[in-house]
Amino acid sequence: MYPTKYLKAASIDEAVKALGASDEAKVLAGGQTLLPTMKQHLAAPSDLVDIRAIDGMVGVSVDGNTLTIGAATTHAEVASSADVQKHSPALACLAAGIGDPAVRNAGTIGGSVANNDPAADYPAALLALGATVVTSKREIAADDFFDGLFATVLDEDEIITAVKFPKVEAAGYSKFPQPASLYALVGVFVAKTADGVRVTVTGAGEDGVFRSEALEAALAADFSEASAKGADVPAEGLMSDIHGAAGYRANLIRVMAARAVTSAA
Amino acid sequence: MTKVKMTVNGKAVSREVSDETLLSEFLRENLRLTGTHIGCDTSQCGACVVHVNGKAVKSCTTLAAATDGADVTTIEGLANGGLHPMQEAFNEHHGLQCGFCTPGMIMTGVDMVNRYKAEGRELTQEAIRHELEGNICRCTGYHNIVKAVEDAASKM
Repeated sequence: MYPTKYLKAASIDEAVKALGASDEAKVLAGGQTLLPTMKQHLAAPSDLVDIRAIDGMVGVSVDGNTLTIGAATTHAEVASSADVQKHSPALACLAAGIGDPAVRNAGTIGGSVANNDPAADYPAALLALGATVVTSKREIAADDFFDGLFATVLDEDEIITAVKFPKVEAAGYSKFPQPASLYALVGVFVAKTADGVRVTVTGAGEDGVFRSEALEAALAADFSEASAKGADVPAEGLMSDIHGAAGYRANLIRVMAARAVTSAA
Repeated sequence: MTKVKMTVNGKAVSREVSDETLLSEFLRENLRLTGTHIGCDTSQCGACVVHVNGKAVKSCTTLAAATDGADVTTIEGLANGGLHPMQEAFNEHHGLQCGFCTPGMIMTGVDMVNRYKAEGRELTQEAIRHELEGNICRCTGYHNIVKAVEDAASKM
């Protein structure tokens, strides 16, 4: 790795100040993407601002119908949290399937969301469940947060502190992992919310996570496995790479959607 | 440079290292604990798995500086007098051939058995295979590794 400077921030103020002091500083929240990227010399941040020791960054709480997960809460902590399992079982199931056990012990929800990898799992959950991203500056609806491949609307010196999830009627997640990377080749999150059915897709879109109009219409009419399988999911706008062509991914989206509906609770 | 202090295999250690030093490098190069292996450069193979504060992590994807104050256990710290039941089971069931992935397999195996026992869940063969997703072995075909973890789980 190229040389860098490490700071274990004790407060959000200290972390924000450190990020603002350099153009090349990055937040370290779990490091399961950032450190491998640095090892490959694809990133060379001048400073790493570790936010995991900041008070209140780790933990899960429920207030009424709102589930709040601290940004530095690991995937393993989310997966095993009784509060998450009760409030949003699909979210616990999603967290339990990210990467492998060692990655889940280190990777965090805030890191995953801020990185917005087009094949990451969490963005699909946030967008389908209508979550709210809480930052050091403001609250941002998931609908407005994701901004294309590896991009979000976060400012350079803005830090995610938590993610808030409303309770929904039912939700399910199913992914087909790429077997080497364990990222989603296609992952589909379905949610029956107060505002209707929302269906999101990760791993497949050329611009990252997106809502599938075709599946939302099909499942709004009939929330069933057969309805998901029969939906007319277009291949336009989907990725084609060595792992699968756009048409293959379009079919996988239907299959994963059907499985997500079956698992929905 | 940062002064990093931690407890490794029960012993307090302290070294001055550059901030980008990975925990795997710290263990191997600064402490000469070369049982922790580096099998890939992409954080995928799991040969470097150690326990940090009781949880299995990839030491090649962890900064030494971020582990300041932590309690770290490596493969060298597992045997207590005799071999650990997981090590004995790998021996008994021929759970290794070249042995390169073995330290990571054993640390991952111990972590999964501890976790399943704490949660009161049954560690089935299927669960073991799923739990080993982050550990790559190019020799054994995994069958004997799964048998070894299963056997060790009954003795731990």
